[in-house]
Amino acid sequence: MIEAPFGSVIVRRTASLLVSLVQLFALYVLFFGQYGPGGGFVAGVMIAASLVFGLLVFGESSPTAQRATRLLAGDGVGLLLFVAVGGLCLIGGGEFLNYSQAPIPGLDGPARRYLGILMTQVGVALDVAVAAVSIVFSLSRDVAAGKTDA
Amino acid sequence: MTYSFELPLLALLILTAAGAMIVKELISAVLILGAYSFFLALVWAWLGAADVAFVEAVVGAGLATVFFLLTLSQTSPEDTRIRRPPPPIIAVIALPLLGLLLLYAANDLPAFGDPGSPASVHVSPHYIENSLADTRTPNVVTSVLMDYRVLDTLIETVVVFTSGIACWLLLRRDAE
Repeated sequence: MIEAPFGSVIVRRTASLLVSLVQLFALYVLFFGQYGPGGGFVAGVMIAASLVFGLLVFGESSPTAQRATRLLAGDGVGLLLFVAVGGLCLIGGGEFLNYSQAPIPGLDGPARRYLGILMTQVGVALDVAVAAVSIVFSLSRDVAAGKTDA
Repeated sequence: MTYSFELPLLALLILTAAGAMIVKELISAVLILGAYSFFLALVWAWLGAADVAFVEAVVGAGLATVFFLLTLSQTSPEDTRIRRPPPPIIAVIALPLLGLLLLYAANDLPAFGDPGSPASVHVSPHYIENSLADTRTPNVVTSVLMDYRVLDTLIETVVVFTSGIACWLLLRRDAE
């Protein structure tokens, strides 16, 4: 049972600032992974880390924890998005995950590959974030007992 | 010189790694392991592998520590203290010899950043030269991971997904 073990004002104020800041930075890392270091995996882990941080500091009845619980419903969506992009390339007549064959009108090959990289990165980020949060919920077993099933 | 930064970092790495193994309290070991991950992230950053440094800092020092702490919080206090029996004499003799053997073998590795090393002449030049024109992605690491070698990444994503599901199935069964 995670029940907000930190009563300290300093910890709570710092956490309330950091959680949203880390999420913002995760989005930056996700969408600028093609220009700088980072990418889907790191972004997903950072989103998960910010949610877990909020969960540990504010306890399981806080809005952050409820956001994390809702995130669990998206288990598999990221993987599905990844595979869907691959399937789209198949429909366009190319090999699986050959983005340049994806049937997107108005874009040339490199632009399609750029878009394909972006979409699969979003997929990876979602998948990793959900998996990490779900492992945390599994490890703190009492937390999710009656909540995710509802 | 280059060594002014590397040697203290290496010393800290060895110190934290040894500390994590020596301390008796598992909670202390977990926290020292987190510090070890941070130093390792600094090493990656120093070697120019910013992406790997990122992952090491977030996963190794952040999430893995939380996983360990959550697991420890489910155990009773006497489980988190460990008695370490002295190592067998054969290990004390054999493991340093193995280390020496590895150091000897490391002499044959190509120098760091050597452009003529096998890893640098096979497919890497093609990726580095064509990434921008092929995929409009300046970050070659991203274009290799998500385009040229995307099947690898897909399978890794499947592994992450499976690990989440497996943890849920194994650990939640007890709770219900």
